[in-house]
Amino acid sequence: MRLLPFVAGLALLAGCAPTQSAPAGGGGDDKTGTVRVWLFDEANRAPKDAAVKEAITEFKAAHAGVEVDVQWVPVEGRADKFSGAFNDPANAPDVAEFGNTDVSSYAATGALADLTGDLAAWPEGKDLIPTVLDTAKSGGQTYGLPWYTGIRALYYRTDVFTELGLKPPSTLSELTDTARRIRAAKPDLYGISVGGKYTYAMLPFLWANGGELAQEQGGKWTSTVTGEQAKSGVTQYANLLKDDICPPAQCANLTGTQSVTAFAGGKAGMTIGGDFNRKAVEQGAVKGKYAVVPIPGTTAGSIAPAFAGGNLLGVFKASKHRSLALEFVELLGGAKYQEKMYTAMGNLPTLSSVQQKLAANEEFLKPFVDTLKAGTKFVPATPAWSKIDSQNVLPTAVQQIATGGKDPSAALADAAAAMDKAFG
Amino acid sequence: MVTLQEAPSVTAPARRPRRKGDGRAAALYLAPAGILLAALLAYPIYQLVLISFYDYGQPQAAGNAPLVFLGFANYADLLSQAQFWTVLGKTVGFAAACVAGSLVVGTGLAVLASRVRSLPRMLLFLAALGAWSTPAIAGSYVWLFLFDTDFGLVNEVLSGIGLPFEHHSWTFGTLGAFGLVAAEVIWCSFPFVLVTMYAGIKGVPDEVLEAASLDGASVWRTTWTIVLPMVRPLLMIATVQSIIWDFKVFTQIYVMTNGGGVAGRNLVLNVYAYQQAFAGQEYGLGSAIGVVMTLLLLSVTGLYVRAQRRSAAWL
Repeated sequence: MRLLPFVAGLALLAGCAPTQSAPAGGGGDDKTGTVRVWLFDEANRAPKDAAVKEAITEFKAAHAGVEVDVQWVPVEGRADKFSGAFNDPANAPDVAEFGNTDVSSYAATGALADLTGDLAAWPEGKDLIPTVLDTAKSGGQTYGLPWYTGIRALYYRTDVFTELGLKPPSTLSELTDTARRIRAAKPDLYGISVGGKYTYAMLPFLWANGGELAQEQGGKWTSTVTGEQAKSGVTQYANLLKDDICPPAQCANLTGTQSVTAFAGGKAGMTIGGDFNRKAVEQGAVKGKYAVVPIPGTTAGSIAPAFAGGNLLGVFKASKHRSLALEFVELLGGAKYQEKMYTAMGNLPTLSSVQQKLAANEEFLKPFVDTLKAGTKFVPATPAWSKIDSQNVLPTAVQQIATGGKDPSAALADAAAAMDKAFG
Repeated sequence: MVTLQEAPSVTAPARRPRRKGDGRAAALYLAPAGILLAALLAYPIYQLVLISFYDYGQPQAAGNAPLVFLGFANYADLLSQAQFWTVLGKTVGFAAACVAGSLVVGTGLAVLASRVRSLPRMLLFLAALGAWSTPAIAGSYVWLFLFDTDFGLVNEVLSGIGLPFEHHSWTFGTLGAFGLVAAEVIWCSFPFVLVTMYAGIKGVPDEVLEAASLDGASVWRTTWTIVLPMVRPLLMIATVQSIIWDFKVFTQIYVMTNGGGVAGRNLVLNVYAYQQAFAGQEYGLGSAIGVVMTLLLLSVTGLYVRAQRRSAAWL
């Protein structure tokens, strides 16, 4: 025991600041060796795996002495995995797939390579849809090649709608009515399967009502979810989590994937799902019995602004194979493999030529492309968003409103306070 | 009260005069354990405390942003959050229920085990050890399947015998979800109490019990005035150990309530720390929560050490 103060004193002398890793170095540009790639694991990975393998074969044929090693990163566990890569650049991959909502917080670690110049020099780069490219930017610099766009729309059961004589809703309040009628007629179905933890299904309601998440002024973000319009949007969404539509006991805690799974399993009349959810729905019980329309806005004929989600392919700054990594990104993110990825997973391409070509022939893509054309919105482009997201700030508010734990004003005031705290 | 009377002789042992060189030998013997403890315990705690005084996020960890010394700001921030106190209160209540449950179930079954024949006893121990050795994640999922709203066996059986449990959601209500998780925690932590208490009961000398029965003491009387005082030190250890375990529950809550329940109403301190700090990459705030938890548990451990001293006196 007498040693303890001595040891503590010594340790304090040794260094009074917590350890930090050295900033990511410049890396290198070796032309041979192994290119390490991190891609997201998917509920049904086989088709994605096949398309990626094909790209790897093509890549290896063009580059002698090069191997490509793919690791599948689970989406839920990505934070730990990427933190590890940021703290230890030596063990970081060369190429990684990541969500565009994470760009700002990843860029703040300085671990990602700035691809602004490279994408401008890439022949296919001009074909990238500008609004989509914007979601890959942080502080004016581009940190990834948009690989696909995730747009959500309204999936509905054609058989149920025909049987009950329903039409796809043309406004959001009609959507609520339709959902209620489905559950009234078929009590074993959720009118619409949505969840308290499905933020990206809630945002179109918030935006369609004229609300905003936050606004920026002089580089400082302030939450605006307490505004009247935002409040009515969130409340409209939370009101779907009611016993006569989607009972809170089952739905209050559902995530996006779980909501879509319930629909795919034939347990719901409608759901909000992305283009990337097509495979999951196709493999479920509702195959051939569903159709997709854009999520309607508040007035008939309008489309609710969708969240412009999507994944990017980025290059790590510490990569020892910078050109190879970039070339692989440009191959996998190029027109040929974007089309293959659409066929494999249903992912909406980010190159306008590919998108137009597919939309002309593919009935499935039309509602998503229409939604995209009607205008999309994005979450606040600041590192704070990752924090707000992982602290469940908005889901908590939705759940409090849905279960009656708090009235909308109080729940959203708490959410706004938490958001402002994260913005700093 | 035997233990109390004997205590002074232990706390004040007769001192042998020290020989020169004893200290060095002792230091050598203690060195391996000391080095191990310093590397595995002292250094991480030192870093934890240090980080808790800084604004330390992912950019700082990756070395891309300067460190800012905050002093006690992380602690002030934490202690001023109303939610922290709510969660702390719930954690204490939840842990108390789990501790009480595991002690009652464990001790009850230990008494049962000491009275039945060897075959049923063996089966009981096998079942208990099975529960004990099930990984927390696997156990949580099995319980979730059993209590599933639509397909769970429990709802099927309960509604089968006419109770209104069809499509009952066990994880929705605040108390219901805490109750279900507490039952799972008790299920996987009672075996420790069972084994400890069984050893304690078996350790009561037969002669003492025989003498008591010759004096005409009833079973009740024997239990209260002979067995219980003799196993009390072990009961104390089991209690303190359970408090430490149940206060730190993470997996069961995280898995069974989907990360803290609807609107976070089933959060316990560990899950709260993870959600607020580590998932949000605010390691400074997370470390502050860690330090607060360490201090809370350290005070419980103080009790544990005292209990161990007493049990040493008893042995």
